[in-house]
Amino acid sequence: MELFNRDSTINFLGHRKLAAIFSGILILASILLLFVNGLNFGVDFTGGTIVELRYENAANLEEIRGILNNSEFDGAVVQNYGSANEVLIRLAPIEELNSSQISSQVTRVLSQSGQSIELRRIEFVGAQVGEELTESGSLAMLFALFGILIYVAIRFQTRFSLGAIVALVHDIILTLGFFALIQMDFDLSVLAAILAVIGYSLNDTIVVFDRIRENFRKMRNSTPFEVCNTSINQTMSRTIITGLTTLLVLFALFFLGGETIHGFAMALIVGVIVGTYSSIFVASPVTLALGISRQDLMPVEKEGEELPDRP
Amino acid sequence: MNRYPLWKYILISIVTVLSVLYALPNLYGKDPAVQISSSRGQVTELTLFEVEAALDDEGIEFDAIEYGLNTMILRFSDEEIQLRARDAIRAALNNSYSVALNLAPATPDWLAMLGAEPMFLGLDLRGGVNFLLEVDMDAAITKAEERYVSDLRTLLRDEGIRYRTINRDDDGGVLIRFRDAESRSQAIPIIETNYLELTVSEINEGSGDFAAMVLISDGAISETRINALQQNIVTLRKRVNELGVAEPVIQQQGQERIVVQLPGVQDTARAKEILGATATLEFRMVDMENDVQSAIDGRVPPSSRLYYSRDGIPLLIKRQLMLTGDYIIGAASGIDALSGGPNVSITLDGRGERMFRQATADEVGKNMAIIFIENKTETVEENGELVRKSEIVEEVISNATILEQLGKRFQITGLDSPQEARNLALLLRAGALAAPVEIIEERTVGPSLGQENINQGFLSVMIGFLLVLVFMLVYYKVFGIAANIALTLNLVLIISLLSLLQATLTLPGIAGIVLTVGMAVDANVLIYERIREELKNGNSPHASIHAGYEKAFSTIFDANITTLIASLVLFSFGTGPIKGFAVTLSLGIVCSMFTAIVVTRAIINLIYGGRRIQALAI
Repeated sequence: MELFNRDSTINFLGHRKLAAIFSGILILASILLLFVNGLNFGVDFTGGTIVELRYENAANLEEIRGILNNSEFDGAVVQNYGSANEVLIRLAPIEELNSSQISSQVTRVLSQSGQSIELRRIEFVGAQVGEELTESGSLAMLFALFGILIYVAIRFQTRFSLGAIVALVHDIILTLGFFALIQMDFDLSVLAAILAVIGYSLNDTIVVFDRIRENFRKMRNSTPFEVCNTSINQTMSRTIITGLTTLLVLFALFFLGGETIHGFAMALIVGVIVGTYSSIFVASPVTLALGISRQDLMPVEKEGEELPDRP
Repeated sequence: MNRYPLWKYILISIVTVLSVLYALPNLYGKDPAVQISSSRGQVTELTLFEVEAALDDEGIEFDAIEYGLNTMILRFSDEEIQLRARDAIRAALNNSYSVALNLAPATPDWLAMLGAEPMFLGLDLRGGVNFLLEVDMDAAITKAEERYVSDLRTLLRDEGIRYRTINRDDDGGVLIRFRDAESRSQAIPIIETNYLELTVSEINEGSGDFAAMVLISDGAISETRINALQQNIVTLRKRVNELGVAEPVIQQQGQERIVVQLPGVQDTARAKEILGATATLEFRMVDMENDVQSAIDGRVPPSSRLYYSRDGIPLLIKRQLMLTGDYIIGAASGIDALSGGPNVSITLDGRGERMFRQATADEVGKNMAIIFIENKTETVEENGELVRKSEIVEEVISNATILEQLGKRFQITGLDSPQEARNLALLLRAGALAAPVEIIEERTVGPSLGQENINQGFLSVMIGFLLVLVFMLVYYKVFGIAANIALTLNLVLIISLLSLLQATLTLPGIAGIVLTVGMAVDANVLIYERIREELKNGNSPHASIHAGYEKAFSTIFDANITTLIASLVLFSFGTGPIKGFAVTLSLGIVCSMFTAIVVTRAIINLIYGGRRIQALAI
């Protein structure tokens, strides 16, 4: 059984202008969305309180909003969470109240409605913790990109490394843009997922690069363009299958893993799709556009490692 | 061709057996249990006797009993019995014991002997509270400076040096204004020799103004910070013990933060109230003239009060206050140089020293008691209204004879055990002046959500895993079976490593495992696609297998190293939940390198190796 015909020679790179325009539009749209809509940051980043409650019967959101608006918690965001019985309440940081008491007070206020409520989860994050997290999260992303840049530059060549980084930045922006579009909660786990996307997308890109490096040494009479195109075609089957198995488990996680990891699974699903696209249509074209040539890979060849089958 | 040396098979077998062994305890789960620990040393036969009697009265049976260091664990068959048993035991034992609900691993003895234990479940899986507290370091330093103000006042007065004012400067440091230049130049060397951690510099603001700025050295400030943090950790430990939580975690995080994790605690309001309680100490003389028994009967002399020690022993103590905990700088347990017995040495600040010296001058030979006072606020429901009530709990933690006039440093000896000395020192420190803490993060997960998280996490791992297995089998046939065996081993290997490391499994950790399952087959896909390619190029089956594994290796290696870089960054930056994800992801990547390359090759070699083959089922 085969999903992708191995002998095919689809001219992926021939469409690189089209792909560049497509990616460009998506990136612009994402950036626009990030500016206009912004990310719906969760309390992990903004500070504030989340209270998750389960009511005995279907919860009356209007009533809950009413009760909260008449208390010191006006302006609370109340929404269903997972099922009709479950409610998620989000409160902005409240200055006057002793921060640690907010959560217990909310439950107290709501329990006056007479319905039996089960407290399922409380998350309170102080404002300064959120700030630190935003900072360390951005730093972590930069560190990851930098570490990868160096590794790829050493193992391959600087042009490859730049191609990989452009593809990764592309993936990050599009995934963030998607979250700005659907306004899903952007919390700590989504950030973790995006870092995992960096890992995954890179994995994909490296596989193609590895083939390009190998083919440069094999296909002595081909142009860099042909070498890249052939390499993408040869690794296509693997790219699709690995993407598919990863998506299989991610969908299992999305549909069965529960509400808490919805955002996480969503970010990875988007990231895996975008990452697969970028390793074909972004990473290699950029590397090619930067002027990769056979000579660039010569120093590596001179070291003479792991090339027993050199023609 | 395509044969593996015997040692590789032996290696794979050993890894398989070990990983199955160490993953196994997770299948047995945990028993509901009650943990009884003594804050005053050993859990004795007597304790067991009392516990058994209490359970007998209620008609509760326990399944097993185990002893640990100062603890005793009773296992019960279900949670309802466990709750009843806890209440019964609590009622029967006095409050020097802490009785807590617990989950004890139901690992069979033969596995436990190998050191195999199940993974810890994170708070998001078992329910509980996670607090992040921050110590107000500015307040700690301000308090230290205020203490120096009073110390310096005493010092200068004792030395007969005239000064105008001594005050804490708002920008930090202590400002002393002298009457003349002479007394200033006298004072500076005296201060510096008495307090090595202080530096004094002259300030000339204008004519007729002779001021000096006293600054605490950086070393002393960082020591103050460390002490403030330590003191709070000690206080929190004591409070948490009181809550009766099994396996609590109280840990320093960074320079000024403390993590408190209370598994199984649901009532966060109460937990916060208890953690936020303030404690003080009072030193008072024991009333030895009047009879304790008649006081118990109701005839308490007006100048005294009846107190109880932690063991419930009544004591008649005078009302007159000699000293409070605010003046204590330090308390440490140790060994008395004279008697060789355990002791606690206490250090007071300058003001405390003066007060105490006066107060104890005429009391040599009499007994002094130290009373530990906690101010708790509790929210209780009264007539349908919620009322905040403050409750004061007082207990005598020490009753000792004053052997001589007491000053800046004195010690309490005659303690029963080093353990008791340590506890007393802990309590003294806890009651001393500590920097205030604030809760800056709180995460609570209810027990039902925890259980749901486990179920959903487990289900998604299983379904995702099965989907991948089916796909690989259909797509790669015989080679798919090899990959599936490797994938299964990979899963077992990750679980056994997590158990061996006694890592905490969290929901993001489970997500990491799921993701690993999806990505672990990547190595096999790379290899198998390479083999197919070689076959298509007209190579023989054996040569194709060989070339497929050979050529795919560097790709797999590079691809995995880069993913590993990303997950290491995740780990180093991560807070709790992200760390869990990073750990499982990294372990998964490393394990998959072994299983996907070595193990599948071994299986393929076993099937096809060393014989003539026409075609491969791939």
